[in-house]
Order: sequence, then structure tokens, then C-alpha cells
Amino acid sequence: MASNFSIKHQPGFTAIAATCFIVLYLPIFVLVIYAFNAASSTSEWGGFSLKWFQSAYQNTQVIDATLRSFQIGSIAAVLSTIFATMAALATTRTASYPGLTFKYAAINQPLMVPEIVTGVALLIFFSRIKIFTGYSGIGYLVAAHTAFCIPFAYLPIRARLENMDLTLERAAADLYATPWKTFRRITLPLLWPGILAGLMLAFVISLDDVVITEFVKSGGQDTLPTYMLGQIRRGITPEINAISTAFLLLSVAIVTLFFFVSRKRD
Amino acid sequence: MATAEEVAKAAERRDVRDRWLLSAPALLVILFAATGPLLIVLVYSFLTPGAYGDVKWQFSSDAWTSVFLERDIFDDTLSLAAAHVTIVWRSIKLAVVTTLATLALGFPTAYFMATRSEKTRDLWLFLITIPFWTNLLIRTFAVLQIIRNEGIVNTILLKLGIVSAPVQILYTDTAILIGMAYVYLPLMVLPIYASMEKLDFRLVEAGYDLYATRFKVLRKIIFPLVKPGVIAGSILVFIPALGAYVTPSVLGGGKNMMLSNLIELQFGQGRNWPLGSALSITVMIIVMVALLAYVRNAGKSGVRHG
Repeated sequence: MASNFSIKHQPGFTAIAATCFIVLYLPIFVLVIYAFNAASSTSEWGGFSLKWFQSAYQNTQVIDATLRSFQIGSIAAVLSTIFATMAALATTRTASYPGLTFKYAAINQPLMVPEIVTGVALLIFFSRIKIFTGYSGIGYLVAAHTAFCIPFAYLPIRARLENMDLTLERAAADLYATPWKTFRRITLPLLWPGILAGLMLAFVISLDDVVITEFVKSGGQDTLPTYMLGQIRRGITPEINAISTAFLLLSVAIVTLFFFVSRKRD
Repeated sequence: MATAEEVAKAAERRDVRDRWLLSAPALLVILFAATGPLLIVLVYSFLTPGAYGDVKWQFSSDAWTSVFLERDIFDDTLSLAAAHVTIVWRSIKLAVVTTLATLALGFPTAYFMATRSEKTRDLWLFLITIPFWTNLLIRTFAVLQIIRNEGIVNTILLKLGIVSAPVQILYTDTAILIGMAYVYLPLMVLPIYASMEKLDFRLVEAGYDLYATRFKVLRKIIFPLVKPGVIAGSILVFIPALGAYVTPSVLGGGKNMMLSNLIELQFGQGRNWPLGSALSITVMIIVMVALLAYVRNAGKSGVRHG
């Protein structure tokens, strides 16, 4: 055999992989570049300019939608992470008990159903509740987001818990620590990276949602993605590129943080 | 006095009760804002449409009949609902082709990533994760800008003189396919990579030692061993592709509808909520069939890792 024969090599695979990475990044790259286009048309280049960022910043609808996205995202992320942490504690490091399989199925259920179906289901259900209670605030959006964020928050927390053995907690109990003290002083600090990863994941998932929000929202309750969807349907302007670019930067920042937090092993 | 056994039993019962209490908030939220409402959709699919949306509480199987059939307004005969059949067929076709396209691109990519040195592997993983967590709408919008008539694809084709007029890609099935393959590609790469990372290359080496060709090693050793990842990736791509809403509504331009756009239409202008509900349940049934096939296949091809 030739001396440079590598058992790991497969002909053409590297080329396809290179194509994949280029293809994945090229459209995003173009989108970002055109956000800095001075021309008001998105098909020609008119020089570098920040004016579309400025115009997005002065657009009250954009600011409104952004604030709403953050508001819903942070409430939903915090709630779903708390609930997911509790659920993860209840479903890991234990012998099988009645209902455990049911819990796994229930917690992962939102992942199995196409978003459109959940969206429609919530549209029907919440519109009924609206009639009965008269309440039409963002509570419905928060509830929906919390529900579909739970499985995402649950994933890293459960993974972290499963890798933690019970020795330290048992030792604490042997030294007469109360269950609450054991949890606060031992379990929680060890679990913290998982919880943080879950929180960030839940926040990104909430921030990204278009479909369910589109169906659940009442008038004037646009989030940033649903506002953008409406604008894109109406025709594209460089302002959308600018908003997308800002949004993109935020996602990249969170993902980078997530990557380091969830990789941290001790 | 309680015996030791009774004490242990009581402790166990307490533990199970505490575990139910701990998981109660998560279960309740999901029941209230995800699972429960699905049952209402099922009920709605058997009701009569109301005049201004919503429903009349009157049993009717019309919605289910009209998923695939339509009643002639003159002689009441039933015939195949051509529009619905076209849309269901397009959805399944596009979801399958998207799955195959992402597999064709994703498998070599995952292989490439898994065969890098341990340090650079993390970097490649990171690079695939970024688009994965970037808003799907933004990525769809990025594709829109590339493939539209004034986009760079057409600009290059025109400049090179390959075409004399812009190729209309946008608002076609091809545009939806390109968009879906683009946005779902990381969903295919990640699970295959996870399987591939565990691949024992000593088996590959053994294959070469026994004079297998590269292609044969790929087909007979690598592929069977990473099959669980391939199946998982296919499911992860197929399900959202079948129910895709954003990509077809942005790149299909409202003309090339998929199932979710048809469902939305019934809840919006169509004002036929029972039909929309029946179509939603139809999507769920297709998804469940795919999931069942997955579970059976995964069961068969698990635990073969060296």
C-alpha cells in the first residue's frame, strides 16, 4: 500500500464537507454584508453605511417587538429552567418507579409534535380561555414558550445530573446535613453548569420561535421573529438585514457562551 | 413497632411521592400548554365549522371526509380533492427529498468532522452549531437573498453568460427544497457525528487488511455502525420538514403550499377550523408512523458497537 494511505480517508468526503461549511456560512455572510449597504435597494451595492441599523433602532415597532421577545424569553427561560431542574432531579439517579416512563414521554412530548400542530392546538385552546376570562395579555405566550422550552432546558440538566454520582450527597447526609442543606451546598453547585446551559438553551429557543408565537399572539403582540416574518412577506428592505445581523450576533454570543459552559467539566 | 422492612417501604413511597411533587410543575405546564390542547384539536376535527371561524358543537365527519375528498356541489358525488392531495403529496415528497439531500451532504461532513484530531473536532462542532442555533427565519431569509432573481446565484450565472435571463428559483418547489435542506442540514450532521465519533477505526483497518476497497469499507463497516445516527438524523430532519411553515411561506411565496400553510389557511381566511384540525391530526399521524418506524429500526440496529 502507498505510504500515505490513511485508513480514515474516504474519497470526496473532504470536498463535500468543505462545500457544506461554505454553503452554511455563505448566505449568512451575504446577509450581514448587505446590512451595511448604503443603497436602499438590496440588489446593488452603494457603499458602506450604518444607516439601516440606525433606522431599525429608531423604528418603534422593532424596539417594541425586541423588548417583548426579551420579556417573554427571559420569563419563559427562567420558569422552564426551574421546572426542568426539578423534573430532572425527580427523574435521574433513581431506580425505576411507577410513572417514570410516563414522565420522560410527557417532558419530551413538545419535541415530537410539529410546531404547526402545537400552534393550532394552542390557538383553539387559548381563544376559548380568552372568551371565558377576558384576559388577552402576553401570559398565553409565556405559558406556551415555557412549555416548549422545558424539554430543551431538561436535556443538559439531566445529562449533568446523570454524570454526578451520589457519593458527595450521601457523605453530606452522613454528616447530618439536612436534605435542603445538602441540596443547596452540594447538589446545586455541582449542577450549576447544567442549569446555566439549560437556561441559555431555553432562552435561545424562545427567542427563535416563529410558528407557535404566530398562532398564539393577539393583535399588537409581535415578537421580533413574527414582526420580521410579516416584513419579509411584504417585501425585503435592508432594514431587515440589519435587524437580522443584530439578532445573529446575539445568538452567536449566547451559543459561544453555551458551548464553553456545557464543555466545562470538572 | 414498625419492622425494618416497613420503614424501608415507607421511605420508598415517600421518595416516589416527592419525585412526583418535584416533577409536577413541568408536567402541568406541558399538559396545559402543549399536550392537552392536542386533544381539543382531535375533538374539533369532528365538529361543524362555525360561520365566523371556530366551531358549532355539532358532530360531523365532513372535515375528515374533505381531507382527501370533495363533495360536488351539484350532484353530491364524492371525488378526490385534487388540491389537498397535491399539497399532501408535495409535503411528503419535499420532506423525503430534503431528508435525502441533507443525508447526502451531512454524512460525509459528519465523517470529516469525526476523523479530525480531538482538538480541531471541537472547532468543527462549534462551526456546525452556530447555524443550528441561528434563528431559522433569519437563515431562510438569507437563502431568499441568495436565490432570488437579483441574488448572487443569478448574478453569477448572468455574468458568466450561462443564462441570458435570471432563472426563476424563488417561489418554486425547488426554492423550498433548497431552503429546507439548508436550514435542516445541521440536524442531520449532529446525530451522525455523535455516532461517528464512537466509531472504532480498528474495524475499518481490519477491513482494509482483508483487502476491502474504500467503498466496500464504507458500505459494509462504517455505514452499518453509524446507522443509528443516520436514522436519528433522518427523523430529526423529516419531522420538522413535513410540518415546515416558515420556509415554504417565505420561499414558496404562498403559491407552493405545504401542509402547514394549508392548515393555517383553514384557520385564517378559510374559516374551516374542523378541516384545519383534521389536517393537523393527519400531520401527526404521518409523524407517528415515521417515529414508530424509527423506534423499530433503532431497536434492531442498536448495541452493535465494538
